[in-house]
Amino acid sequence: MAPVLDIRGLRTAFATAAGDLHALDGIDLVVNRGEIVALVGESGSGKSVTGFSITGLLPAAARVTAGEVRLNGIDLRALSPAAMRSLRGRKVAMIFQDPMMTLNPVLRIDTQMTDALRAHLPLGRAEARARCAAALAEVGIDEPEARLKMYPHQLSGGMRQRVAIAIALLHSPDLVIADEPTTALDVTIQGQILAVVQRLCREKGTALVWITHDLAVVAGIADRIAVMYAGRIVEQGPVDAVLDAPRHPYTRGLIDSVPASHPKGQRLPQIPGRMPTLTELPEGCAFAPRCTRRSAACAARPDPAEAAPGRWVRCFHPLPGAGG
Amino acid sequence: MLEFILRRVAQAVLVLFVMTLLVFFGVHVIGNPVYIFASSECTRECLNDIIANLGLDRPIWEQYWLFLGNLLQGDLGRSFTHGVPAMSLIWQRFPATLELATAALVLALAAGLPLGLYAGLRPDSPVSKAIMGFSMLGFSVPIFWIGLILILTFSVRLGWLPAIGRGQLVEVLGVRVSFLTLDGLRHLAMPSFTLSLIMMSMVIRLTRAGMREVLHTDYIRFARANGIRESRVIGVHAMKNILIPVVTVLGMEFASVIAFAVVTESIFSWPGVGKMLIDAIAVLDRPLIVAYLIFVVVMFVTLNLLVDILYSVLDPRVRVGGRTR
Ligand SMILES: Nc1ncnc2c1ncn2[C@@H]1O[C@H](COP(=O)(O)OP(=O)(O)O)[C@@H](O)[C@H]1O
Ligand code: SF4
Ligand SMILES: [Mg+2]
Repeated sequence: MAPVLDIRGLRTAFATAAGDLHALDGIDLVVNRGEIVALVGESGSGKSVTGFSITGLLPAAARVTAGEVRLNGIDLRALSPAAMRSLRGRKVAMIFQDPMMTLNPVLRIDTQMTDALRAHLPLGRAEARARCAAALAEVGIDEPEARLKMYPHQLSGGMRQRVAIAIALLHSPDLVIADEPTTALDVTIQGQILAVVQRLCREKGTALVWITHDLAVVAGIADRIAVMYAGRIVEQGPVDAVLDAPRHPYTRGLIDSVPASHPKGQRLPQIPGRMPTLTELPEGCAFAPRCTRRSAACAARPDPAEAAPGRWVRCFHPLPGAGG
Repeated sequence: MLEFILRRVAQAVLVLFVMTLLVFFGVHVIGNPVYIFASSECTRECLNDIIANLGLDRPIWEQYWLFLGNLLQGDLGRSFTHGVPAMSLIWQRFPATLELATAALVLALAAGLPLGLYAGLRPDSPVSKAIMGFSMLGFSVPIFWIGLILILTFSVRLGWLPAIGRGQLVEVLGVRVSFLTLDGLRHLAMPSFTLSLIMMSMVIRLTRAGMREVLHTDYIRFARANGIRESRVIGVHAMKNILIPVVTVLGMEFASVIAFAVVTESIFSWPGVGKMLIDAIAVLDRPLIVAYLIFVVVMFVTLNLLVDILYSVLDPRVRVGGRTR
């Protein structure tokens, strides 16, 4: 059976006054049925652009210039806008970062939910309502009937994110792309939201791409991890293997800068420098200016190489694997 | 909600009181109407008679006190020139003005919303640039000039539309209106278009700006990510947000449109309160001028109150008494 999501060589460019700038430069990512994949990287590395490239919701200035995006084997780039719309919400859904902004401030929850429901199902009013209430109950919202009549500003941030999750899961899509859905929330709420999404995806067999810049949440939720840097995936593999023994120098740096991995009071090692912007990308390895392992070879562009089964690294001098 | 309304009404009464002071004393500064009534061979004696008749011999504070007392009973005095209660003159003329202003409002919305929407959705197309150019002109070209050009083109040169008057009227619920007859509509076309231009330009700009802003929000992206049809995303999810500023601004503007229909009514000899005011000023008909100004103030205050209520209905976030997190 075809994987739920199969991305190959995806490139996405923004048209600017200085010409096309590629925010994504050769993304390869496969997500299997029911799998949870964490897409990790610093802010600006291209995680959101990846999500919008998949669902065809890129900003007007951006377009996919090369590569393939397949959902259940269907080539999404070949679809008409109408056909793409009929997949959105039904086969692939999204959850966004800021629950304060994701829900329409002037429409009641029931309007927003039934609109999403009836976009793909010709249901009567009463039945649509009943389904929406059931969906709210499923994400742990009490008194769903009463909440349906409310406006977003009458709900807390965590509650709003639950509503957004309920909407995204209304049609039991095959794939959900969650773009930093807990970043804007309190730590305690973060854990709850994480648990709700994880449980529902496992129950329904939904594949999940969990976008985050926070490595700390990855270990608990994901099966696999893909690390992004400056528009490329530099390392991917099973989550434990990557976190225990990163092979790419950037992944190593990221893990070392997570507070939990260090004794209290000790200074956190930070990767020196910052990620290059799209206009200042080096010719070869984009991480080279910050890399301690770089050599003359790094002036060329490294391609992804399979370092171990299911383990890909984009580096000329990868760190030794566990036991090696 | 009730408390909110009561508080606003109290504010309104205060505003009104201050306005009566300004209006009453202001009008007394601009000239003495007696000389307009007196014929050239009128002696001192006959002048005094007229002054006593009009009640102008009493001290100004007493005049104001009297005026205020009458005002509270809904009496704004008699027009010097017409000899009938000023208010009844205003009520007689007001339907014509209201009809003109309403027609202008409807035109502004009917044309402004779709044009602004288009310009917001395709900001770079030549059509959008033309629309925005038109809205710039609507703001900057003087109304009387547009009115005259319209008359020259459509009445004088082409002979398609009548230049003056209201045309054939029909009575609906005791009010005589022109928009229900073809002749009336032909008379209404040019003045209402002229009066609507500024409002229309405003609607275009607000709708376009609102659309540009709303299209970038996460909630529109989310609606699209849920597969909701584009027509519904734009027509309901985006539109409901855009309408809030449009309705608010138009509501505020509507009172000014009525008050400043003066120019348009003069150009097209539209028999409304605006034209009446110009005539009243020409002969210094104080009670009529004062009555008109008070009337306009009441109208402003009432409309603003209505807009506030409407705004809170449209935008659930400001709804008074609504539970916030
Ligand atoms: N609307 C836009 N116009 C121009 N460049 C953009 C736009 N949105 C994103 N980018 C560029 O694309 C790159 C990736 O952005 P994004 O995917 O939002 O990063 P992330 O989600 O990982 O923080 C960034 O370098 C950013 O400058
Ligand atoms: S390719 Fe070279 S510069 Fe890039 S990460 Fe590997 S060692 Fe560092
Ligand atoms: Mg992002």
